[in-house]
Amino acid sequence: MSVRRLLLAALMAVLISPISGEAEELKNVVFIPQWVPQAQFAGYYFAQEKGIYRKHGLDVTILSGGPQSPSLDLLKEGKADFATLWLSTGVQARAQGLKFLNIAQVVRRSALMLVAKKSRGILTPWDMNGKKVGLWGEIFQIQPKAFFKRYDLDVKIVPQSFSVNLFLRDGVDVASAMWYNEYHTILSAGFDPEELTTFLFHEHGLNFPEEGIYVSEDRFNQDPEMCRAFVRASVEGWVAAFASPEEALDIVMRNLKREYIPATRVHQRWMLQRMADLILTGEPKGIETKLLARDYYRVATNLHSGGLIETIPEFASFYKDCTDDGAK
Amino acid sequence: MARNRGIAVRLATWILAGVAVIFTVVFAYSYVISRNIILRNVETNAENLASSTVNRIDSVMKAVEKVPKNLAIFLEDFPYQYGDILRQIRAVVEKNPEIYGATIAFEPYAYSMNIRNFAPYFYKNRGELSFTYIPYEYFSWDWYQIPKELNAPAWSEPYFDEGAGQTMMATFSVPFYRATSGEKRLAGIVTADISLDWLQEMIGSIRIAQTGYGFLISKNGTFVTHPKSSLVMNETLFTVAEERGDGAMREVGRCMVRGESGFVLFPSLHTGKQCWMWYSPLPSNQWSLGVLFPKDELMADIHSLNQTIVWLSLAGFVLLLIMIFWISGSITRPLRALSRAARQMATGDLEIPIPDVKTRDEVGTLAGSFNSMKNSLKQYISDLKETTAAKERIESELKIAHDIQMSILPKIFPPFPDRTEFDVLAFMKPAKEVGGDLYDFFFMDEENFCFVIGDVSGKGVPASLFMAVTKTLVKTKATQGLFAENVMDRVNQDLSLDNESMMFVTLFFGILNTVTGEVVYSNAGHNPPFLLSAAGTITPLQPTGGIALGVAEECVYRSRKITMQKGDALFLYTDGVTEAMDEREELFSEGRLMQDLAPLSGKSLKEIISGIMGNVERFSEGVPQADDITMMVIRYFGDKGTNSI
Repeated sequence: MSVRRLLLAALMAVLISPISGEAEELKNVVFIPQWVPQAQFAGYYFAQEKGIYRKHGLDVTILSGGPQSPSLDLLKEGKADFATLWLSTGVQARAQGLKFLNIAQVVRRSALMLVAKKSRGILTPWDMNGKKVGLWGEIFQIQPKAFFKRYDLDVKIVPQSFSVNLFLRDGVDVASAMWYNEYHTILSAGFDPEELTTFLFHEHGLNFPEEGIYVSEDRFNQDPEMCRAFVRASVEGWVAAFASPEEALDIVMRNLKREYIPATRVHQRWMLQRMADLILTGEPKGIETKLLARDYYRVATNLHSGGLIETIPEFASFYKDCTDDGAK
Repeated sequence: MARNRGIAVRLATWILAGVAVIFTVVFAYSYVISRNIILRNVETNAENLASSTVNRIDSVMKAVEKVPKNLAIFLEDFPYQYGDILRQIRAVVEKNPEIYGATIAFEPYAYSMNIRNFAPYFYKNRGELSFTYIPYEYFSWDWYQIPKELNAPAWSEPYFDEGAGQTMMATFSVPFYRATSGEKRLAGIVTADISLDWLQEMIGSIRIAQTGYGFLISKNGTFVTHPKSSLVMNETLFTVAEERGDGAMREVGRCMVRGESGFVLFPSLHTGKQCWMWYSPLPSNQWSLGVLFPKDELMADIHSLNQTIVWLSLAGFVLLLIMIFWISGSITRPLRALSRAARQMATGDLEIPIPDVKTRDEVGTLAGSFNSMKNSLKQYISDLKETTAAKERIESELKIAHDIQMSILPKIFPPFPDRTEFDVLAFMKPAKEVGGDLYDFFFMDEENFCFVIGDVSGKGVPASLFMAVTKTLVKTKATQGLFAENVMDRVNQDLSLDNESMMFVTLFFGILNTVTGEVVYSNAGHNPPFLLSAAGTITPLQPTGGIALGVAEECVYRSRKITMQKGDALFLYTDGVTEAMDEREELFSEGRLMQDLAPLSGKSLKEIISGIMGNVERFSEGVPQADDITMMVIRYFGDKGTNSI
């Protein structure tokens, strides 16, 4: 063992000792992301794998989300302490009277988009008029519908499944896509970006923040410090994951394999890179998890006008600032 | 030795370079041609293999397609009951071994106003026929939605069916329509699921050379079969291309999913080897089959052939090198021996034996020539020795003759120191060889002084002998007290007698009366002497009309008479003076002689002769003297004269 390694080991021991000293005081918490363990959630898995949660006094169990176990349901049932939800889902839940708090708006930029083939003559929003547009379920329809209204478009809406095959086969002219996921699937079926027209909603004044971390009001009131620790550790996990993306991808690929989810590394790499684009929006480039009131009200009013909620919940009752600023 | 290496190396360099160029061209040409032949064969084979495989696959697919298509026609054209539908589906699954499951999925409420989802499904479950209603909202599933939106039958992307034990499946869906109130509307979708295991087996069994293989990708580029199982259903050709950063692969993939056919270079995803790939689409569902022919394995034969050729050529080169050195050695060895002998001969050793060259080639000829040259040289040298000895003898004899000739001319000046009435000075510069000039003077008696100057025709010993004879004859005749013309007659007669060699002599003969200064002279064809008067005029003596002595016996000579005044001088000379030539072959000439004499006329005899001699030598500088130069000057002083030499 070299001198350098000895020194390193000594340093590690000093750093780790307070944590190992408090080992028995780790708080057990359960977290569920709203979808399968793909790179969309790399930061949380990275924090768990690399002991970042433990460093912050948390022993985190991450459940696998997805269509079979919607994160909202597990949060509702108390099977999870923390869950990620889209802001629109969170607002909808709150409006239905569910006492969940947003404690961090991790993804503040919308990745939802519409994709069209230039070969089908769609180059501008107005070219969509009269065309068949594939849309996902209701939460995913708010932005496109606002978009159609904004550009005064009359389109034929076709329900879209989880695959983009209908679009690839020209069954629809326009498809819904997540920038970090389906868009790359389309590229991976042999379409070049130059052959596609993309409409990212955040570029059309329809930025709906997406994943945020939610916790029940009761749990928050019980232990707000734990909630702050979870947010801090998660942010640290994201920062670390972006800093060593290949290591983060190793973790993601391992988790997907364990869940028998077919996955390709290039796809996950694309996803992680896009998550960095979506998450690292702070100034200077970094993670800012504060939910802005104007973002909140943009989403809420659109949900309200779309008939998805009847009342708009108060921003203050919805969001608890768990950043270091907010703690003061 | 160095020269030997020179020839051998030069030969080797040029011949081997030439052979190398020829070989390289032939080799390259043959390589390119054979490579192209192989490439053409590979392309044909690949195309055949691909199209036969595609046909086999497509025949199965087409057979499967017919079943739901027929069912759709049935559903469109005939009224049906619940029982009919189930029976039909059941029959489809039961009677078609390739078909794993089938359903007729209706549009919402199309089957019944009360039922939203109606999709009875028969399928094989571990070999047993099972039945269920599809329990989920199937309307936005690909197998339902794609044919619906396209209004056309369609194959689905391949998928893993968990219920069938993780077998890979694909579904063929056919929309069917019914006319309600005159309008043709979609009523539902008929599907047939087939397992793709046979496809994997069929394509998996493709083996080309050692590592060549076939693979199938779906319409989206997803690997349906591939020897590298981690790719199957996981990756698309495009994600692999992205991972490898391989833009060319992506382009090939785009051609493949567009349903094109082609022959391209493509890396084996299995071994990484460069391969030739033929790809063509399955007509039924636009999936694309690729068959890969590993380049190095197919080129192995030609490569080993090329290797053999290269080794053979190298061996040939070595052999050629040895042969060149051997041949050049056999040429240069005798040459070297000859050169040694030549060097030895150059030192004068003509006894050295010439090496015996047995070959009949140029070198043999050279050796022969060399030998005869040596012998000729030897002969020539020995001849030369003799000739030289003879020449030396003759030369010494000539020298003696010359000495004798010179010795018979009076050479002591002044010859008569006690006679003050006149003075005489003669000078002769003989040419290299023994010449024919003569001069003489003597007293006939107390008063009469004879002087003579002449020039015998020709040169050499005969001329000198003739001259000696002439001189003796003149002296003999003159001392008999004859007149000048009689002396000439007599001498002429004697010389002409038996003169078979036809020699002749020009002669000037004069008698000076030392008391009166009277000069009687007779000229036999000689250059007329000049009278240099004391006053400074120069006059040639009048001719006496005689021709050269020894030419004609009956010739008669006359004489003339002049009287020299005190201080007058006579200048006599031979044609060696006036015919001296300069470099431009111009003669010194009598005119020039007269000119040169003018300033000298008052000078002493010695100065006159040395002055003229000096002028002649300057005139003919650089030109060898061709003839004897003889001058004689006689000055008359009378009784009171003083000798001034």
